[in-house]
Amino acid sequence: MAHSLKLLKYVAGAFVIAFLSACGGSEATEESSAGDDPVSYVKKAEEAKGPNKGIGPISHVELGALDDALATEGEALFNKMCTACHKMDARHVGPALVDVTERRTPEWIMNMILNPDEMTKKDPDAYALIAEYIAPMANQSLTEEQTRAILEYFRKYDNQ
Amino acid sequence: MISLQKIILGIGVVAFLASCGNSGKSSSKMTSSSNASAAEQVYVPPGEHDEFYAFMSGGFSGQLTVYGLPSGRLFRRIPVFSQDAEKGYGYDEETKPMLMTSEGFVPWDDSHHPELSQTNGVPDGKYIFINGNNTPRIARIDLTTFETVEIIEIPNTAGNHSSPFTTENSEYVVAGTRFSVPVPQRDMSITEYKGNFKGNLTFVSVDKEDGDMDIAFQILVPGFDYDLAHAGKGKSHGWMFFSSYNTEEAHTKMEATASQNDKDFIAAVNWKLAEQYIAEGKGHEMPGKYMNNEMNHHTHAATSKAYDKVMVLNPDECPGLIYYLPTPKSPHGVDVDPTGEYIVGNGKLSSDMSVHSFDKMLAAIEAEDFEKTIDGIPVLTYESVLAGVVERPGLGPLHTEFDGQGYAYTSFFISSEVVKWKLGTWEVIDRIPSYYSIGHLMIPGGDSKQPWGKYLVSLNKITKDRYLPTGPELAHSAQLYDISGDKMKLLLDFPTDGEPHYAQAIPAELVKPNSVRIFKLDENEHPYAAISEDEARVEKNGNEVHIYMTSIRSHFKPDNIEGVEVGDVVYFHITNLEQDWDTPHGFAMYGANTSELLVMPGATKTMRWEAKRVGVFPFYCTDFCSALHQEMQGYIRVSPKGSSVPLKYWTGEQE
Repeated sequence: MAHSLKLLKYVAGAFVIAFLSACGGSEATEESSAGDDPVSYVKKAEEAKGPNKGIGPISHVELGALDDALATEGEALFNKMCTACHKMDARHVGPALVDVTERRTPEWIMNMILNPDEMTKKDPDAYALIAEYIAPMANQSLTEEQTRAILEYFRKYDNQ
Repeated sequence: MISLQKIILGIGVVAFLASCGNSGKSSSKMTSSSNASAAEQVYVPPGEHDEFYAFMSGGFSGQLTVYGLPSGRLFRRIPVFSQDAEKGYGYDEETKPMLMTSEGFVPWDDSHHPELSQTNGVPDGKYIFINGNNTPRIARIDLTTFETVEIIEIPNTAGNHSSPFTTENSEYVVAGTRFSVPVPQRDMSITEYKGNFKGNLTFVSVDKEDGDMDIAFQILVPGFDYDLAHAGKGKSHGWMFFSSYNTEEAHTKMEATASQNDKDFIAAVNWKLAEQYIAEGKGHEMPGKYMNNEMNHHTHAATSKAYDKVMVLNPDECPGLIYYLPTPKSPHGVDVDPTGEYIVGNGKLSSDMSVHSFDKMLAAIEAEDFEKTIDGIPVLTYESVLAGVVERPGLGPLHTEFDGQGYAYTSFFISSEVVKWKLGTWEVIDRIPSYYSIGHLMIPGGDSKQPWGKYLVSLNKITKDRYLPTGPELAHSAQLYDISGDKMKLLLDFPTDGEPHYAQAIPAELVKPNSVRIFKLDENEHPYAAISEDEARVEKNGNEVHIYMTSIRSHFKPDNIEGVEVGDVVYFHITNLEQDWDTPHGFAMYGANTSELLVMPGATKTMRWEAKRVGVFPFYCTDFCSALHQEMQGYIRVSPKGSSVPLKYWTGEQE
């Protein structure tokens, strides 16, 4: 296992500042692009106008009328793959998901499910969540179609 | 190797010491600029990948290790024939059957020769096979998961040393008897060895689709010590060559009595003809108990099947099946060049090396140019099959590999060196010391039709002054040489895990893209899996408790369990719900008389634990999994037998 990486994550919980500097360093070697660290992302986000779509494969989601069958499929997937850490209406290992479609854009929700490693390192909102909850957002290797179904379930839940 | 080591240490002390002295000098003469250039050649920058995977046998560790070349970095130790507590291999309920044999549970072996599966004579990166020498077995390791997925026992044999060398399309991997025995086993005097003890040359078929191994047939042969093997290739495809020593059929004080004859034999087996004889019904069914153990990656569990008979061919009833090629003197390795024409006998006690010609062998067979016949096996005349002799190349030749450019490289144990010589002209081109006492050597693909002749690795028995001392026991070692130029060049020297006898290597690109990252939860068919937290539960039948437990970063469900009583046998079935790469969870239980579990994402593993005394006992995750790993723990309460504490379990709110 990548112990050093995990250790980094652990340290992030206890000592956020240490994490920030370590993370900045590793970003520099990985992509050699300065300013990709969470601090500048947070700053960018503060300045940013418009909704945050997150980072990942989803750049645009076309939302239509609620698709009940898709939502039902999403609910089954959520119960199987997500409930170890999430409840809809209460904080568990991760945050309660009620009203998530009001807090986040559909793209952000799907990117957080599909690309949690990068999101929790680089997206300011996701970074704030891991700083609060400490537990990592597990990548459950879902497909984009499955993730879209889960989003539909969240929409249905929030409509009710 | 051990007995050879003794012989050679006995007879070759002066040569050996001299060689050590020389080696020291030449090493210290290395200039700083050549050191710097060697360092550059083996430097793999952080985050970058090696060019080759190298698989090295663990020898008496029973395992197989995976290194990168040219860096010499160790990536993984794959448990094969020995229990490995780090991974729970041979300890958890799912992998215990892998180590079952007709002799019962055998948790150790002596693994010698890794051999990559081949397609058209070229390593294909699908599987790697390795032999167990002590309780004769062959294992198959799947190179998508780097896990041992099958072990087959070889009956009616002992000392499975000349194994598991593969044919050109991995139609077969072979096993030859090193320690001949009564076949079938019976009570008889050891002094009646000669003529009564037998060897067996076993052909194990490998299924083209799924790799499944079966014993196709055995050939009962005179009671020599069959030492190593290699398949014909190209024009000699269809033949398998086994080296032998102790053609004296000695049974005591062997280091002297088994070295009397001027020539021993390389046995040339026409396995395509053997298939024909089997099809014609020439085989005899013989009693022979063996087990075949297979891992199933849907149930995540191994099963053992017992068999009790094998099909045997007798050479005296099967003309043309085997010929003996006389080879001086106690040949160890038998190595076939990439064209399939030259069969190199590494006569370990001979001062010259004999190379046989496949074409001449066929002509001698055609002309019935036989010296004599032993138990129905014609012995071809030495001169009629000889292609050439490499004269006085060094002391104690053991093994030869090829670079695909017309050169051969032979390891010399006594003179502790690698010697490069030219096929066809038999002239010595170059020599370079090894530190110290080289056994096998390896070139990536170097025993195949298409060697990747850039590097050579020597696998050394003695390291003495090479590393910081660690008490009486020292590491064995590997040395990496650049063989791309005219002169061999030593690049790197690194310690190995266990005793690497043979090794094989393959370009990373043939293996890396196929690496499995997770097991899909949807495909988990383990009967005790809980594939979501909804399915986590505890069931009790009499004194047997089954805990269907899940793990995900970073909690178990259930993590509190009550209602277990003293005397209960508890099975913890842990399903890892993670579906991301590099997210195993461990599971350790206080006082368990076994190892931890290490559960890959999407898999299920089981620990058996006996509730021996009253108390509340903790369990926890052993493999650092997240920032809340230290919180990944739980308790099981054990009450007195007959207690009224109800069976209850929960995680979070008490259920």
